[in-house]
Amino acid sequence: MSSTTVAPGTKKTAAKPASMAQALQRALRDAMAEDPTVHVMGEDVGALGGVFRITDGLVKEFGEDRCTDTPLAEAGILGAAVGMAMYGLRPVVEMQFDAFAYPAFEQLASHVAKMRNRTRGALPMPLTIRIPYGGGIGGVEHHSDSSEAYYMATPGLHVVTPATVEDAYGMLREAIASDDPVVFLEPKRLYWSKADWKPDAPATVAPIGKAVVRRPGRSATLITYGPSLPVCLEAAEAATAEGWDLEVVDLRTLVPFDDETVAASVRRTGRAVVVHESAGFGGPGGEIAARITERCFHHLEAPVLRVAGLDVPYPPPMLERHHLPGVDRVLDAVARLQWED
Amino acid sequence: MTIQEMPGSTAYRPSPAPAWQPRTDPAPLLPDSEPYRVLGTEAAAGADPALLRRLYAELVRGRRYNAQATALTRQGRLAVYPSSTGQEACEVTAAMVLREQDWLFPSYRDTLAVVARGLDPVQALTLLRGDWHTGYDPRETRIAPLCTPLATQLPHAVGLAHAARLKGDDVVALAMVGDGGTSEGDFHEALNFAAVWQAPVVFLVQNNGFAISVPLAKQTAAPSLAHKAVGYGMPGRLVDGNDAAAMHEVLTEAVERARRGGGPTLIEAVTYRMEAHTNADDATRYRGDSEVDAWRAHDPIALLERELTTRGLLDDDGIREAKEAAETMAADLRAGMNAEPVLDPMDLFTHVYAERTEQLREQEAQLRAELQAEADAEASPEAEDGR
Ligand SMILES: Cc1ncc(C[n+]2csc(CCOP(=O)(O)OP(=O)(O)O)c2C)c(N)n1
Repeated sequence: MSSTTVAPGTKKTAAKPASMAQALQRALRDAMAEDPTVHVMGEDVGALGGVFRITDGLVKEFGEDRCTDTPLAEAGILGAAVGMAMYGLRPVVEMQFDAFAYPAFEQLASHVAKMRNRTRGALPMPLTIRIPYGGGIGGVEHHSDSSEAYYMATPGLHVVTPATVEDAYGMLREAIASDDPVVFLEPKRLYWSKADWKPDAPATVAPIGKAVVRRPGRSATLITYGPSLPVCLEAAEAATAEGWDLEVVDLRTLVPFDDETVAASVRRTGRAVVVHESAGFGGPGGEIAARITERCFHHLEAPVLRVAGLDVPYPPPMLERHHLPGVDRVLDAVARLQWED
Repeated sequence: MTIQEMPGSTAYRPSPAPAWQPRTDPAPLLPDSEPYRVLGTEAAAGADPALLRRLYAELVRGRRYNAQATALTRQGRLAVYPSSTGQEACEVTAAMVLREQDWLFPSYRDTLAVVARGLDPVQALTLLRGDWHTGYDPRETRIAPLCTPLATQLPHAVGLAHAARLKGDDVVALAMVGDGGTSEGDFHEALNFAAVWQAPVVFLVQNNGFAISVPLAKQTAAPSLAHKAVGYGMPGRLVDGNDAAAMHEVLTEAVERARRGGGPTLIEAVTYRMEAHTNADDATRYRGDSEVDAWRAHDPIALLERELTTRGLLDDDGIREAKEAAETMAADLRAGMNAEPVLDPMDLFTHVYAERTEQLREQEAQLRAELQAEADAEASPEAEDGR
């Protein structure tokens, strides 16, 4: 990841509760204002402002050439973005929902991820692919997939996923500024979560590629990202009743992976649980557990456990709560961490 | 610079191309410049009165279904409903022209077509209610699952029709897609396969003006969506999608042509989406009232009602009867949707594989234990200490 420091937003706005959706929108607007090569495109990103309103107002401010309603074709959108990037633009494409990015997978895996490599560095792909992902919003079929494992398994892509309002802004700015392609996964159930956020304050977020300890603790480490961060923080609070002092690490970036922060935390606590809502089998947790074991074997008091979504196609809304890892499942896993007492 | 132009080589001279003949004369494949209409024209005199009356009853029922389903979203009984109000003529005729052995491949907006084909009205809504994704048995109903990823059902229709023909079965597949869906790669691949294989498929595009917020002009630069057929080597037909008689006639012709071995047809039905994309959408962001009002004057039910009443084929009693039948259906639908669905969380594991994997068995045991703990906690809340 380029270590570009993001220039903070230029407009003066007082600190007030802002949603993740608003922060993302602000990041797009600031990036477009500062860099005329940044182009936003996708389905319904113009007059409608996207189905989640993340691109709201961009077409008014920057015109249809910079914020473009494309024909309805994901492979076309991403493929055209590849060509635009070849010619010096920085496209930011929106995929409407997680499962609708699959038609574009050919472009993503065969070209976006490999172009730098195929051309011995001559053709970088400075593009950002924004994908609302994950469940928990009662969406109908094909609207709740967690597809991060596919992207993680594709060398050449950065895979990032903010979990806080501040990160949503800072990480999207970094993603757009990056000279490499970034799959930017937006946890859609956190779109409306609010936080006091000062868009005009200096960007305080750690750069992409760095994990953050969201809650310090000594008994065990919960390692998580995106939609599962609030679940883990809640579990950590609840765990104090059991006398457990849980540390919570927010990965923020799945690729590249911040081994250092994760290993340092697990060495301190000696116990780790990885939490994510995508399926466990072949999922991100397996990779993370293996890396922890490789680096922290002699510090571990217990095997690294995973709490993940079930290994089933994403369930219909009325059953999704049984699929998603909730506070109880996290606490049950913590309870299985071979405590001595 | 081509190899021929490399310095030192002899100069490149284009040789005349071999004589080229188009494989098919495109003229018969081209759609008419105006959508085909029957109602209000002389052609209507030739239409079967009984068929027109049946169409009328179906349209009224369909409109009522849309209204009822939309009302259910407001009551929280349905998560979301993409209404096809204004498009009923396309929906019901698509179902009516098929024989029992034929297959329907609907998109997510085509609940009405599915109901008109005979699926239980409540069952048609489970996808949108959220108790199961699709739920019904496609082999029994000959209705493919309502399909949300756009245009992905079209190649399925081609494959099924092709398979049926290989087996010597008399089966036609009718596949539905929106105007937006025609931009997807799957649309093009499906049409190409169908034409090359001469598969017995009918593609019905409902051009309702918008793909969510994006108007047709931003979707395609083609003279019409029906024109797209020519490039694949199949006929394209342009038809007024609000004219139920015209829809029935054009679809019937295409289905029969496919049945006779004449290959696929692409039909563009020009219609309009009267409601927002779904109940969750704000249509005022991308279209004005005047446009909607202009289409209101071309309502499919009003068009047919006018034809029937002016020709003395329908009176007030007939209209009332159709409305009453629709009310009965709506009341049944309400009752069915108000009953709490019976859900078994263990079903999550039932249909992932033909045989559960060892890992799924473990997860099943885990979920069963969780459910038991929940049930125990409900039975004796004091015994619970919070966890
Ligand atoms: C592959 C894919 N991309 C995006 C979507 C999201 N989406 C759902 S409906 C819709 C618009 C569809 O428009 P159209 O094909 O014209 O059908 P209509 O809604 O008008 O019936 C979009 C973009 C989707 N379902 N599938």
